[in-house]
Amino acid sequence: MSPVLAGVLQLLALTAALALAHVPLGNYLARVYSSPKHLRIEKWIYKSIGADPDTEMRWPAYLRGVLAFSLAGVLFLYLLQRLQGVLPGSLGFASIDPDQAFNTAASFVANTNWQSYYGEQAMGHVVQTAGLAVQNFVSAAVGIAVAVALVRGFARSRTGELGNFWADLVRGVVRVLVPIAAVGAVILVACGVIQNFSGIHEVGQFMGGTQEWNGGAVASQEVIKELGTNGGGYFNANSAHPFENPTPFTNLFEIFLILLIPVALTRTFGIMTGSVRQGYAILGTMAAIWAGFVALMMWTEFAHHGPALQAAGGAMEGKELRFGIGGSSLFAVTTTLTSTGAVDSFHSSYTGLGGGITMLGMMLGEIAPGGVGSGLYGMLVMAVVAVFIAGLMVGRTPEYLGKKIGTREIKFAACYILITPALVLVFTAAAMALPTPGDSMTNSGAHGFSEILYAYTSASNNNGSAFAGLNADTQWFNSTLGLAMLLGRFVPMVFVLALAGSLARQQPVPATAGTLRTEKPLFAGLLAGAVLIITGLTYFPALALGPLAEGLAA
Amino acid sequence: MNTSLTNAARLFTAGLRALLVLTVVTGIVYPLVVTGVAQGLFPGKANGSEIKADGKVVGSSLIGQSYNLPLKEGRETPEPDLRWFQGRPANGLGTNTVNTRYELILSGATNRSADDPELLQWVQDAKAAVVRDNSVPGHPVRPEDVPADAVTSSGSGLDPDISPRYADLQVHRVAAKNGLPAERVQELVDEHTTPRTLGFIGEPRVNVLELNIALVELVAPGAGH
Repeated sequence: MSPVLAGVLQLLALTAALALAHVPLGNYLARVYSSPKHLRIEKWIYKSIGADPDTEMRWPAYLRGVLAFSLAGVLFLYLLQRLQGVLPGSLGFASIDPDQAFNTAASFVANTNWQSYYGEQAMGHVVQTAGLAVQNFVSAAVGIAVAVALVRGFARSRTGELGNFWADLVRGVVRVLVPIAAVGAVILVACGVIQNFSGIHEVGQFMGGTQEWNGGAVASQEVIKELGTNGGGYFNANSAHPFENPTPFTNLFEIFLILLIPVALTRTFGIMTGSVRQGYAILGTMAAIWAGFVALMMWTEFAHHGPALQAAGGAMEGKELRFGIGGSSLFAVTTTLTSTGAVDSFHSSYTGLGGGITMLGMMLGEIAPGGVGSGLYGMLVMAVVAVFIAGLMVGRTPEYLGKKIGTREIKFAACYILITPALVLVFTAAAMALPTPGDSMTNSGAHGFSEILYAYTSASNNNGSAFAGLNADTQWFNSTLGLAMLLGRFVPMVFVLALAGSLARQQPVPATAGTLRTEKPLFAGLLAGAVLIITGLTYFPALALGPLAEGLAA
Repeated sequence: MNTSLTNAARLFTAGLRALLVLTVVTGIVYPLVVTGVAQGLFPGKANGSEIKADGKVVGSSLIGQSYNLPLKEGRETPEPDLRWFQGRPANGLGTNTVNTRYELILSGATNRSADDPELLQWVQDAKAAVVRDNSVPGHPVRPEDVPADAVTSSGSGLDPDISPRYADLQVHRVAAKNGLPAERVQELVDEHTTPRTLGFIGEPRVNVLELNIALVELVAPGAGH
């Protein structure tokens, strides 16, 4: 069997597994976020929070919950790192410097998991397990909560109430993320991912002498890192490290985990708004973009243009042999079209065009299928825009799911779409204009520019992957990337919740013969076009200076 | 003003309490339970898949090692010990710089771009070395026979595997250096070749450490090296 065919078969197997799994999970998620009942452990949690889970919240109250919880997360994680040097169970590792601790705290709370530190030499057991991994759970649950609030905005009428943030947060953790993660972690250990609390210890070598190893609760963190589309590796090499991703099967399984919840949420959306077919239209758009990107990536990586890759006879630089080019391409596209940022191979050493594909994936706003929750709300905002464009063409007031898309709604959607490109382009321009940030580049020329463009794209879109040649552990990058991550996560959430509140207040308009049928393939095509044209064109000049220049030269 | 401050403080306290409670659930209970189950069901794998030769631990079957001669004086990089199968280059590996009481290996890739002149040089040098080291009388190696994994660094720098093509290419050299028949060494490589999982997942591969441990048995049965 040729490697190309094997790659295509892996793509098909993954698609089939997701098609099977997303139906029961999507149904289950709809029940979780609609049920009036509370589990006993949840009641105990609400009591200790001091929150009433049955109080309905309007959008400002819901947003205040999101922000208060996230602020507590940033402060707690910052303190934990600053105190690491005196905490027990930290392997004697030193405390993290203020700028790096801020960057890391912002990064994990914003579901980004950009890492300017080296996992195995900087973070001890306590910070990894009780700090970073906790945010992997809760930041994912926050993302799902905001998406569910937007879905309720479409589903409800004449109320303005969007549910209860504390209930959505706790249910996401207790009923969804922890059970799936526990099962997934045991599967990973069975394949060779380590799970222990041993300190740094010496192990013999074949040629004599010893090597030093770091133990850790890796499997339990690895599984939520993928499932919650977080991406922060226990080790520096992330999912390329054999202790995080030991076999070809675990590679495919980890890609499956990344896609599982974002895909299932499209069904949850369909059920909660009363039409499963509306969910399929959204899912179809996501799947078409994802599959198209995978095909392009495999094509350029198997063709291996670029002097060094031509000399080597294959694009294996930065890739693990057990995954090969097919498995690595699949992972790279999946991690950048979701907000994950985990890597099983290093994007900086991809072909010029391959690197460009990973960047474009993030620039589309990570909506195919996107991060947990953020993918769904990002795509729904684009759907609002697509409906608006269609309405302009025929001169009708646009509607989506029985809700009018008026001035107020389209303003919120436009602000949502503008905030991320503004962050990416302004920060990139500032870094290029100032004298010192450029010193952090490993490569020169077009690729050096790409390193910086990639960094701000990754941070502002809450991805977290890197063209890791960039030395990002400087005060400039730690501070500006930290800011980009926080703004890129929470400012869009403000607009999403405002949009949800506005939709939930409306009286539904009945569908007529002139209503755009948003469950049809025509609309899915329109939506894909809107995504590619609006975001693609925004970034075209920047892409032309970096990956396109490198790819065309090769 | 005063009430809004009080409200903000109350809200923040609720957020902090929620975080602390969820930290107990996901940061303490969950990892401890998973560790308990993992250590109970798969202790070997949960602790790093350590592998033994002659009763001594010689590494992990998952972590690639180097098979080099001791560093000669006046040289910067050690020479490969050509009696043993060699793994992939690992130009992206680092050593720890933060907590320097340890000598940890730092996993990592080179992150060099496809048009980087230095990467091109590394690849060309590696290819020349593979051709030189593996050409034995009667079995010359041509540059176009060298597979890509033999001359590129992996993502982790710890890749435990090589392609069957790279292993096959080393057979005649290893056989000659150890005074073994090439057919026997080739059989050993074939025995240690793992096909794609279920026929299509990943790539066929040869675990270098396991292969070298088996080679020890062939060179000096029961004696170790």
